[in-house]
Amino acid sequence: MHAAVIVFPGSNCDRDLAVAFEAAGAKVSMVWHKDSSLPQGVDIVGIPGGFSFGDYLRCGAIAANSPICRSVAAHAERGGYVLGVCNGFQVLTETGLLPGVLLRNAGLKYICQAVGLKVETSQSVYTEGYNAGDVIDIPIAHHDGNYFADDETIARLQGEDRVAFSYTSNPNGARADIAGILSDNRRVLGMMPHPERAADAGHGGTDGQALFRALAGALVKA
Amino acid sequence: MKNNEGQTMKATVHIMLKNGVLDPQGEAVRHALGALGFDGVQGVRQGKVIELDLADGATEADVTAMCEKLLANTVIESYSVEMG
Repeated sequence: MHAAVIVFPGSNCDRDLAVAFEAAGAKVSMVWHKDSSLPQGVDIVGIPGGFSFGDYLRCGAIAANSPICRSVAAHAERGGYVLGVCNGFQVLTETGLLPGVLLRNAGLKYICQAVGLKVETSQSVYTEGYNAGDVIDIPIAHHDGNYFADDETIARLQGEDRVAFSYTSNPNGARADIAGILSDNRRVLGMMPHPERAADAGHGGTDGQALFRALAGALVKA
Repeated sequence: MKNNEGQTMKATVHIMLKNGVLDPQGEAVRHALGALGFDGVQGVRQGKVIELDLADGATEADVTAMCEKLLANTVIESYSVEMG
């Protein structure tokens, strides 16, 4: 598996994400936002957490219009895999690769804590290492993680089994307790919680490891 | 309106959250106003104003394109453009 991790000014989980990919056996290339193309042979693009471009205008909005994001969109349209975590999820909604948007947390506070996540589906390369219904502990660290989409979109996501993870105790006001969603081809995942921060015993939890291992297992054949 | 003397003109873009989209910041401001004794504030919605200095010849259609592509997220926000 060859993973590309995109680095924007203000990204701060890029290295963590790279380490998690590498621990699962991936070759990782770091890609600067001004680059206009992805390295040859990339299977999956990781868009990391952080505060790209200082969260100016809207979280993820400026990053979504950077040169590399046009290549990321083209990669996704060709059926490539994309994982967006936290700010990466915000970037994916701003590019239109995933529906909806992340609003300011309902309680207005930045929240940094481990939360319970229910795995809603095991039908994706990201979640096949879990069983649907499993509850895992993964940290969140965000100010704008309140997932919003209209009723029709929420119903479609649920009806198409595209909610990957939901909060067991909603921390931010997200509609339908949504913490992470899949694209219609199930190859793009955006999630607010940080699986890369629960991928090593030193992190205090390893519930995120299964995501990276399942990915590596699935994409090694690709 | 174009400025007859200079090379630039102004456009002002107002961006607001659409009705039905929760505005936690507006709610917080409403609570703060209530705490200060300003009774009777039934609702507060907070938006953005963006001023653009444009080269001569830019049109409202250009600014609308900027709103659609970057300045507003039309999933949750509406916008209006004022030229001049």
